[in-house]
Amino acid sequence: MKNWMLGLAFVCAIPACVTINIYFPAAAAEKAADKIIDDVWQLKNGTQKPDANKEAPAGASSAQ
Amino acid sequence: MKKILLSLMLLSTLLISQFVAAAADLEVNTPAISAIKNSMQARHGQLAAFYASGAIGLTKDGLIAVKDANAVPLAQRGALTGLVKDENADRSKLYKEIAVANGHPEWQPEIQSTFAGRWIDKAQSGWWVQGAGGWTQK
Repeated sequence: MKNWMLGLAFVCAIPACVTINIYFPAAAAEKAADKIIDDVWQLKNGTQKPDANKEAPAGASSAQ
Repeated sequence: MKKILLSLMLLSTLLISQFVAAAADLEVNTPAISAIKNSMQARHGQLAAFYASGAIGLTKDGLIAVKDANAVPLAQRGALTGLVKDENADRSKLYKEIAVANGHPEWQPEIQSTFAGRWIDKAQSGWWVQGAGGWTQK
């Protein structure tokens, strides 16, 4: 019984390993590309944060 | 029978999680890749205006090219050519380094074509990009 299960485990595991190593991970590559492009073109910098910070002192000064 | 089913489920969960872990991320945080990224980021400050004026555009093979040299004053054309050459060298190196960092140098063409699509998708409106039928403005 245990041998049978062990055999099944190997039969399932070996092709899975081969699959992972041979095929190009397209989705992961897109994710990596997006991350690098955002960095290089600075598409996701904190422009909104300084704006929010600016608004608060501006509001405070206008109230005074 | 229940034991078999349970162990099968466990096994498949294990295999799936293994696959997901392997597929979730490519290694892009090596010193070599970071250095290329920094160099490209610094150069982008100079390139941005040329993208906007249509002097250069994004090619379908993940590089950049001079599209309209006349959009640039004669005095700047030499510098522009140099910038494009340096940028393309960095981009080729980047694609190669990502493939190598993940233990698959043979992935370089696929990484390059993945980037080609993403650069074009993320390009700002007004920039020129190369499609199957030639240059188009976003």
